[in-house]
Amino acid sequence: MSLVDTQPVLAALMALLGLGITFGAILGFASIRFRTEGNPLADQINQILPQTQCGQCGYPGCKPYAAAIAEGDVINKCPPGGQETIDALADLLDVESMTLDAEHGEEKAPKVAFIREAECIGCTKCIQACPVDAILGAAKVMHTVIADECTGCDLCLDPCPVDCIDMVERKTGIQHWRWDLPSDNIIASDRAAA
Amino acid sequence: MRSTYAIHGGIHPNEAKALATPGKVLDAGIPDELVLPLSQHIGRQPEVVVSVGESVKGGQVLALAEGPMSVSLHAPTSGVITAIEDRSVPHPSGMTNRCIELQCDGEDDWLAFTGITDWRAADRTELIEAISNAGIAGMGGAGFPTAVKLNGPPGQSIDTLIINGTECEPYISSDDTLMQVDAPAIVEGADILAHIIGAREILFAVEDNKPAALTAMRDAVAGSESGCQRDVMTFPTKYPSGGEKQLIEILTGKQVPSGGLPAHLGIVCQNPGTAVAVRAAILEGKPLTERIVTLTGEALGRPGNYRVRLGTPIHHLLAMTEFDPSDNRRLIHGGPMMGFALENSDVPVIKTTNCILVPTEQELPTPPPAQACIRCGLCAEACPASLLPQQLYWYARAKDQEQLEKHHLFDCIECGACSWVCPSHIPLVQYYRSAKGSIIDARAEKVRSDRSRDRFEARQERVERELAAREAQRAARRAAAQKKADTGAEDDPIAAAIARAKAKKQAAEETPSAASDGDS
Repeated sequence: MSLVDTQPVLAALMALLGLGITFGAILGFASIRFRTEGNPLADQINQILPQTQCGQCGYPGCKPYAAAIAEGDVINKCPPGGQETIDALADLLDVESMTLDAEHGEEKAPKVAFIREAECIGCTKCIQACPVDAILGAAKVMHTVIADECTGCDLCLDPCPVDCIDMVERKTGIQHWRWDLPSDNIIASDRAAA
Repeated sequence: MRSTYAIHGGIHPNEAKALATPGKVLDAGIPDELVLPLSQHIGRQPEVVVSVGESVKGGQVLALAEGPMSVSLHAPTSGVITAIEDRSVPHPSGMTNRCIELQCDGEDDWLAFTGITDWRAADRTELIEAISNAGIAGMGGAGFPTAVKLNGPPGQSIDTLIINGTECEPYISSDDTLMQVDAPAIVEGADILAHIIGAREILFAVEDNKPAALTAMRDAVAGSESGCQRDVMTFPTKYPSGGEKQLIEILTGKQVPSGGLPAHLGIVCQNPGTAVAVRAAILEGKPLTERIVTLTGEALGRPGNYRVRLGTPIHHLLAMTEFDPSDNRRLIHGGPMMGFALENSDVPVIKTTNCILVPTEQELPTPPPAQACIRCGLCAEACPASLLPQQLYWYARAKDQEQLEKHHLFDCIECGACSWVCPSHIPLVQYYRSAKGSIIDARAEKVRSDRSRDRFEARQERVERELAAREAQRAARRAAAQKKADTGAEDDPIAAAIARAKAKKQAAEETPSAASDGDS
């Protein structure tokens, strides 16, 4: 009491110092106690990437590319994800959206690998190349693709010595058909002219 | 008499039901050939069990259900299978799908069926199996496999069965006609359905624009005995009172929760046509091979309600009803509100075809081009699901899936009331259908990509583990070799044997000399 009365400036400084030390200690404790494992931003980015694991971005899989984006790489290197993925990434990272970098490939309809089984020689090279273990088979035995697990990454095409793998459209048939968004001609005269 | 409740929104379009003179059933006859799509329901395609060239009798199984979400298909008359291939089917995409073509022989020779006459004593699983074998899918329009609906979600007891004879969509009068001519069969079918699901109460719902059907249903209920409490209820005509969730609210005052099923309120709804088909399947063992279809529109010379064999091509029906193509631009499967345009008249009638509408251009003009939304809010007033159609429209245009789901897009029943009232003629329902499709696709992709990530990471881990194991093995071998090199002499068995022999020899030499020393 007497200190406040006699040396108000000193008392205020001491009070501030005391508060600083207390809160500093709390923050320091929290930063150790509640430390987040890994890089949460890279994980969030990885959630958005299509997990094709095709490597068209130049990284050996989606996770490494996610880590690279978190470190500041551009967001338009993923052809399988296409514009939707780029927009979602732009939204997450709060940056301007961009168009797909054509250097890495173009957006295509989702595909699955199909092995022409009569021609397969059973070399197992595609099995080793598959990033998601979607090819079944053993040495000198015919291989086949588990279509539900295939991401359509194309990585099995190059290693095949007899070129017996085709990429076929994944979503064909009436059950995959969807209504189109109505065309955007809002002004009547546009449509009349078209 | 119980009171009914009012629902939000709704519209009163011109009914135009009298055109097809409800209450009179005409026979569409047997065409030269029938085209039977394998998928006439929601769910999996059944497996074909006949081959090309095979002769079949009426009622014979052509394709067998594959798993629970699938429905069998039967021959609607006797004849020869002439093709099993992809043909145009009634679908908004206009795409083709697998069909069985049956060349009819005109004899209409049927298999003999046996039914379960004492169904009250029968086990419910036996009855459900009979319904499943008869190939019955909901005949109101959606085509949900009836047996699945009767099994219901596990652990959910049902106490009310609603027979939905509302038929609120303009032009259509097939259920109205069925109720007028076959009310006792509907009531009996409903009793069977109630027995199967264990319902204690049956409500027959009829809109007040069908007085003849209402009287017929009341007479049928009064003229039969049942263990259930039964009520024929009527309520003011409004579109879309016949939507399942809307009807439940009208009759009971309860709202089905968003994303929930009527079964969660202890309610199951069935169409009168389904009830009749169930009765035939149980009592006579007869599969579903025909239905009543309303053929209507001013471009037809003889509109009416026809009893049509499934698979009958639409062009056969058009020829029969004296179709005048001069002022017709569209052929609509279903009604004017929820139906879709067919691309050609080769497509057949299927289990869910309740109406074929063939209007003149003057009667149902092609919608004018859409104008900009003026935010008038009429759509929100008309929406029977109390949604905000205008907001959904903006979000659908922006492809904002998060907001669409937040605004309960999936509670939209696609009734078309919002499009009907829209002064700018915006095809709102098409926006919602498209948005629903993209969201469903995105959800499926998410599941897929999550699995791919897991598989990729699991593989990554395995590859690393294998590498580490190989590395560890190599290290162990290297260590063993090193050890050998360092302590090679001690370990060498030959060297050790020589050393032992040497030591022995030395000892032998020392001992005798010592003895000799002692002796001397």
